[in-house]
Amino acid sequence: MRKIKEKHSLAMRWFHWVNFPVLTIMIWSGMLIYWGNDVYTLSIGGHVFFKFFPEGFYRFFHFSSRLAEGMAFHFFMMWFFFLNGFLYVVYSIISGEWRNLFPEKKSFKEAWLVLLHDLHIRKTAPPQGKYNAAQRIAYSAIIVMGFGSIATGLAIYKPVQFNWLCWLCGGYHVARIIHFILTLGYVFFFLIHILQVVLAGWRNFQSVITGFEVVKEPSAETVPPVTETPIDDGNAN
Amino acid sequence: METPIDPEQNPEPEKPAAKTPEQIAKEQDALLDAQIKRRSFIAFGTFTALGVAAYGSWRWLLKSPDEVAGVTAGAHAPLRRALNKNELFFRKLFYNEKHLVRTYPKEMAAKNVRVNSDEGLKTKFDPAAWVLQVKKKSGEVLKITIDEIRALPKTEIVFDFKCVEGWDQISHWGGLKFSDFIEHFGLQEEAKLEYCGMETPDKQYYVGLDMPSVMHPQTMLAYEVNDKPLPLDHGAPLRLIIPVKYGIKNLKRIGTINFSDQRPRDYWAELGYDYYSGL
Repeated sequence: MRKIKEKHSLAMRWFHWVNFPVLTIMIWSGMLIYWGNDVYTLSIGGHVFFKFFPEGFYRFFHFSSRLAEGMAFHFFMMWFFFLNGFLYVVYSIISGEWRNLFPEKKSFKEAWLVLLHDLHIRKTAPPQGKYNAAQRIAYSAIIVMGFGSIATGLAIYKPVQFNWLCWLCGGYHVARIIHFILTLGYVFFFLIHILQVVLAGWRNFQSVITGFEVVKEPSAETVPPVTETPIDDGNAN
Repeated sequence: METPIDPEQNPEPEKPAAKTPEQIAKEQDALLDAQIKRRSFIAFGTFTALGVAAYGSWRWLLKSPDEVAGVTAGAHAPLRRALNKNELFFRKLFYNEKHLVRTYPKEMAAKNVRVNSDEGLKTKFDPAAWVLQVKKKSGEVLKITIDEIRALPKTEIVFDFKCVEGWDQISHWGGLKFSDFIEHFGLQEEAKLEYCGMETPDKQYYVGLDMPSVMHPQTMLAYEVNDKPLPLDHGAPLRLIIPVKYGIKNLKRIGTINFSDQRPRDYWAELGYDYYSGL
């Protein structure tokens, strides 16, 4: 027996698909700004392993010499990023959807099992609700990161008017570094996220557009009653 | 719902043949398929339509023409409107002259203070012949020497200087608090206007500043850096230090000061940067 299973509410789909392009524009315009003082490196003991960013990277994306433009876009789009994120959090709290998302005590232990399962080291994954343990942690972390980006962003945007916030973020200098690292975090998240979505398949992906998934329900006639189906209801991402 | 059967109209209602479980399952399946199709069609249709609309809006914004060049120039017109609205939002809701920039102990000040630009400093210049010209409302021009300014009580500040490019440096400056300058030279009427403009003697670099920021208690006309007289590349003999603004507003080698209710011209605002540039 097939069945329509409601998965993602309209609000959640809206927040997700608004956030994606808006965050992309924020990162793009952020890069135009970062170019103005691109001093960050990955270095240990004075040895520079990587410079953010190599010249060819700027050239490829046309990031160079566009600081004013970057600031103008960044300080316009920030409102949409903030508003969408704010409404998302409010909605999650009011609707109770946060319960699906917030890591539980066991999530931290289970996340490893999920990882091992995803890496094909372990055959089975722990039973899950809408999201598995690793997803709960990753998606909640993204929300915390969003808060972080807004807080550090505001701290470097108005460090005098919000001097208390700037102080909380470790000062202007540190706040800019955190703001940058969080951005790297989004890009890293995005890469993993895309990989997981591809692996989870079309059925899972389209549910983020339609809101539902068609699931096979084991009925008494077709399936013997005592079956432990290994979880694979396309919930991977 | 059951309707009573009228025997006259429908004397022998045909009893539908009992459906087999297979038939029921098939019908339900077809129903489900239709439902899936309908919902998917609506969802994907809406998604595509919104996606196209979003992409169109983005292209529109990206390709939107630059503003008409005036006091500000070089930014996409809609983005300039956004920058100006941001200014109003943050000025009205958050600006407060009691919000001070954080200060540091002297020891933390950089010994080598970064020189980032020499705009307005490229013309041949004799510091000994310098006088500050202040244009008053009446049209009168005050001429003030550096000795007159040095004779007034000195204030010092050690703060984190912030460049619009993204770097910051703790630096130590000494000079005359701007509000003291206004007071001492009888410019109270001028200070009631909306804006203050400053230009280098060669007029090649110029800034426009909103009066609340100029009158902020930490704004000063600086003549010292690290307890020593300003070197030429830091704007000798007198420069502006305005901690509530990015470095671009901290004009070096002030030649003239004027006051207005309209935005005075501003070098970087003509090149696409935010006019306010307030921190």
